Amino acid sequence: MLRYIFRRVLESIPTLLLIVTIAFALLHLAPGGPFSADKAMLPEIQHGIEARYHLDEPLWRQYLRYLGDLAHGDLGPSFQYRNTSVNQIIANGFPVDLTVGLCAIALALLIGIPVGLNAAWHHHSWWDRVPMALAAAGISLPVFVIAPVLVLVFAVHLHWLPAGDWVRGSLSHLLLPVLALALPYIAYVARIVRGSALEVLGTAYIRTARAKGLPAHRILLHHALRPSLAAVVSFLGPTTAGVITISIVVETVFGLPGIGRFFVTGALNRDYTLVLGITILYGALIILFNLLADLCYAWIDPRVRLD
Amino acid sequence: MCALTNPARTPWRLRVPQRLRGHPGILIAGSVLLLIALASLILPALSPYDYFTPQLDLISRPPMLRGGHLLGTDPLGRDLLIRVLWGCRISLLIALVASLISVMVGVLWGAIAGYAGGHTDALMMRTVDVLYSVPFVPFVIVLTMLFGRQLWLMFVAIGAVSWLDIARIVRGEALSLKRREFIDAARVAGVHGARMIGRHIVPNLLGVVIIYATLTVPTVILFEAFMSFLGLGVRVPLASLGSLIADGASDMQAHPHLLLVPATVLATIIYCFNFLGDGLRDLLDPRKQA
Repeated sequence: MLRYIFRRVLESIPTLLLIVTIAFALLHLAPGGPFSADKAMLPEIQHGIEARYHLDEPLWRQYLRYLGDLAHGDLGPSFQYRNTSVNQIIANGFPVDLTVGLCAIALALLIGIPVGLNAAWHHHSWWDRVPMALAAAGISLPVFVIAPVLVLVFAVHLHWLPAGDWVRGSLSHLLLPVLALALPYIAYVARIVRGSALEVLGTAYIRTARAKGLPAHRILLHHALRPSLAAVVSFLGPTTAGVITISIVVETVFGLPGIGRFFVTGALNRDYTLVLGITILYGALIILFNLLADLCYAWIDPRVRLD
Repeated sequence: MCALTNPARTPWRLRVPQRLRGHPGILIAGSVLLLIALASLILPALSPYDYFTPQLDLISRPPMLRGGHLLGTDPLGRDLLIRVLWGCRISLLIALVASLISVMVGVLWGAIAGYAGGHTDALMMRTVDVLYSVPFVPFVIVLTMLFGRQLWLMFVAIGAVSWLDIARIVRGEALSLKRREFIDAARVAGVHGARMIGRHIVPNLLGVVIIYATLTVPTVILFEAFMSFLGLGVRVPLASLGSLIADGASDMQAHPHLLLVPATVLATIIYCFNFLGDGLRDLLDPRKQA
């Protein structure tokens, strides 16, 4: 197990290197630069600024310098926010995204799994049709549609919850963003669980369990749940990282101080280091969550060998 | 040859028109999409209004039957119906262009990997694995930011990042196809390389490809809407459903229809494509045939 994790981490290094290289090349080959802005600068000042950020060096030296700093965990200074390092921006903003994203995934699992199991158990009944019709609608409603509508209903009209902003540790401020982010994923999880539970419930050992006269909840929780979760786990790997990326939208609507907004303005202003840093972070997240998903997969299904 | 072997399950051998009768939902979803497509193509040309001219005496009118503006007007007095229809044009155009790109790349990549096998296959699929770890949202944002915000460029960028699923599925199918007798027969007859893939492998993959292309379409449409929502997509005064939703969300307290109309239209389009894809999968997927 440890050996497997170690090998996967080693394998991820070339992937990350590739991401860094592509992103670096794209940013630097594109026309225009962070300081070739519309406002005219004295050539001396321009040179001074470029020398300070090493932009006057040949590209390969900038690349090697960046890799060297990266190896030390230093993502460099931000170009557009004076005297702020990319590390600081990420350290300030990322916990917000992580909190909202992980809460949304947890909520999606907490609601989606029981709904999916229940639908499979009551196949072809209203317990199946109504939730699945709702789920089909749910996956068609993107986060940026749900989020404003939730604000309109719960904050503007009903005044139940605050419409935005971020107060550390305040549950009521967390509720709407998490709900908006979670709704489509509740629908996805419910559909996936229902699909695989339907297969599991058709197997011989479930028939045996029923023939023994076990109550429904025992069959579902002790016999059907674990094999039904395999599909969810392989869905969750890439999705969890995606949820954290998608939270850019939630940040925009609810005014959360996450890193997504920094990324968008960074891309608009050619803030090379900021964009590179956040891209690397997202890439690392995808790799990390895929690894976690594979480990979970092996735990759920003992037939899977990690090697 | 055909008399001896099992014919491959291409869509046209499955008697699709006859079997569609058992799935009225597919026809309904398809008709709704066709209706939206036709409306977005024809109505803007017939309407006395356009999507860009402000009419400052008609600001933010609610929807009403009389007065010419069926769905009301936006804060600059522009007809909302026309702007939504232009948004539909963009959404459907990207559905077409980006899906076409992702299908072409995905099918070729998967078919070549699956048919070639061996080291080529390992290398090509390993590349796909690596690309799965690339964070695409940031990449498309960076691409469209850096190379100018041209619409076609965003279409290409979105198409270029959404072919991975199709490549994987096609490769799996190609692997099993290549062990079929008719491929052996073709090889004996002297067919090789590109001709084999083009004439014998790819046509037999089309059923699967159609299904997954239909399921790629909604993600592609959502991607464009997402970019436009963030203000990184279409440029003013052109409207996309995503930018209309963003504008509507900023003005939703006073004029909720500005949010609700484009949101409903986008959700309808996505729902219909999802429904169509699921339905086609039930209808055409060879693995679900008894």
